[in-house]
Amino acid sequence: MREDKVVEKVLMKGNEALAEGALAAGCRYFFGYPITPQNELPAYLAKRLPENGGVFLQAESEIGAINMVFGAASTGERVMTSSSGPGISLKQEGISYIAGSEVPCVIVNIMRGGPGLGGIQPSQADYFQATRGGGHGDYRTLVLAPASVQELYDLTILAFDLADKYQNPSMVLGDGVLGQMMEPVLLKPAPKTELPEKTWAVRGKGSGEAKLITSLYLEPECLEVHNLKLSRKYESMAGEARWEEYLTEDAELILVAYGTMARVVKGAVRRARELGLKVGLVRPITLYPFPEEPLLKLGKQATAFLCVEMSMGQMVDDVKIAVAGRAPVFFYGRAGGIFPTTAKLVEEIEKAMAEAQEARK
Amino acid sequence: MTMNQVIIHRERCKGCQICIEVCPQKILSLEEKINSHGYHPAQMKDAKKCTGCAFCATMCPDAAIEVERG
Amino acid sequence: MKVAARPKCLTQQQFSYCPGCTHGIGTRLVAEALDELGVIENTVGVLAVGCSVMLYKFIDCDFIQAPHGRAPAVATGVKRALPQQTVFAYQGDGDLAAIGTAEIVHAAARGEKITIFFVNNAIYGMTGGQMAPTTVEGQVTTTTPTGRDPALAGYPIQMAEMLATLEGSAYIARVALNNPKNVRQAKRAVQRAFEVQQAGLGFSLVELISTCPTNWGAKPVEALSLIEEQMLPTYPLGEFKLPEGMKAVVR
Repeated sequence: MREDKVVEKVLMKGNEALAEGALAAGCRYFFGYPITPQNELPAYLAKRLPENGGVFLQAESEIGAINMVFGAASTGERVMTSSSGPGISLKQEGISYIAGSEVPCVIVNIMRGGPGLGGIQPSQADYFQATRGGGHGDYRTLVLAPASVQELYDLTILAFDLADKYQNPSMVLGDGVLGQMMEPVLLKPAPKTELPEKTWAVRGKGSGEAKLITSLYLEPECLEVHNLKLSRKYESMAGEARWEEYLTEDAELILVAYGTMARVVKGAVRRARELGLKVGLVRPITLYPFPEEPLLKLGKQATAFLCVEMSMGQMVDDVKIAVAGRAPVFFYGRAGGIFPTTAKLVEEIEKAMAEAQEARK
Repeated sequence: MTMNQVIIHRERCKGCQICIEVCPQKILSLEEKINSHGYHPAQMKDAKKCTGCAFCATMCPDAAIEVERG
Repeated sequence: MKVAARPKCLTQQQFSYCPGCTHGIGTRLVAEALDELGVIENTVGVLAVGCSVMLYKFIDCDFIQAPHGRAPAVATGVKRALPQQTVFAYQGDGDLAAIGTAEIVHAAARGEKITIFFVNNAIYGMTGGQMAPTTVEGQVTTTTPTGRDPALAGYPIQMAEMLATLEGSAYIARVALNNPKNVRQAKRAVQRAFEVQQAGLGFSLVELISTCPTNWGAKPVEALSLIEEQMLPTYPLGEFKLPEGMKAVVR
């Protein structure tokens, strides 16, 4: 078995590295449905899960899959599903039930272009869907945004730990580029985390009391108490916010980008610095909880922020909330899976800095 | 001589009258009194005629009837 | 000697079903079977959405509340994780035959070793009497106020016959709860369905033809006759799929 070997550095495709991360985290159940651009993930697990004593099942739809996840996760097992935008839309009811029932699981979205059937090229246009709940009711999903194949592996392990810690669904939000690209990955064993025993799990009552996994609270007072409990839980997640800062110490313009776009932006930041422009990058690694702290702090020193996304503007809302009016927030976005060139981004950086200066006059 | 017994849990009974209808001996009826939920529960009228067939218990939608033979 | 007793695995809670609703008989038969097979401590039930949503209050075992229609998928997840547990779901006609059609067909096709009880009363009870996929021709409901017209609203679906065509289905039966003879056959079918699961033979389902006095606009006793007159012609009783060597008990 792979788990016992010395840590290897292997060249892997993103979707497959993510799958290995799930296995390393002890995930033994996967339910999914084919959709481009994540198909390598279920195909890989169809081979690797039985090798690890696990269960792989291709469901009849993404709806079937998320409900199978709900069932298996209710028994206390580590369970995962993966899809892309349209399939994640189908899963929303199930995710709402899982969150309302306080059951942990991991959901992977390898984003493609939308809305509707859209395209199979990458996008970041499911940010709202991921961070604003997506389904009905007052709940949130923990969202992690890898920006490399190594992070696809590492953050998937973290996603399982956080899901168990908070008894909540967590999401790994990648995109079609990350899923398809190949990079070296260090397949480290999962770190040992102290997690509470799953005393809530239903496995047959045995000699004890019968347990119930439910999100139904018909009495008005009971439902409010439940919602307050969930709300406090989400507030307590704030400490899990993670981000990376790149050349921000003396930056006048702060770029904000995540995932694959952050890598493109990094290149533009380096180029801009060569041209003498004081720019830096904040790369959110958790999208929920959103890393407000660095943006609020940098808002005091920066003259402007430039949010860059593979969408028509979704994370930019959270950037504006975090910056709280301390500096103007500009946006540059692309769709169709078209990444901007370094030159184009530098142009946008210069434009933003000029506009910020004008505004201050 | 020991009789067959029909034990009706009167607080569970909703007075649906299915047991009254299916009893082949026609020895069940509704009570004049109501239970705490406002229903008239079923009751045994003539226990001596009961054959212990348990049709009443078989058809009771509230599992409110138990039957003892002999 | 007790010839009829309240099943041990029923809680003390009074059933919340309407007076005379045969959901109560169905619930009791499931409880009796779980008691008689001695499996209540190793059972996980999946709750559907409909009049039976409160089933966890009546049967004393572990339960999971599933979204509308998805109980067979949730049950699949549970059984794959806990193959030794007895896993069942108890669904109405909207849950199973409308929104949940994909989930039930594929659970059966995959031969999932779960047991599904399908309570068919040809109407949507909990939401106030709308047409169901099982509503019969000419039947009046709130969404077919002049009676179900096939030209507008299509024909009723016979789920038991359909599911019996699938290789993964091991035991598919249709029974009725309108008189003692039929209820006794229903009891045997319910028991068999669990036994088929225990023997690992595949997917088992019992369709239970039931009444909805409230939404049929009939008193409980009258509603029982309506099963014979209006339901059974469309929904004949029988065992449509039997494991090899097993003789039919439902006629």
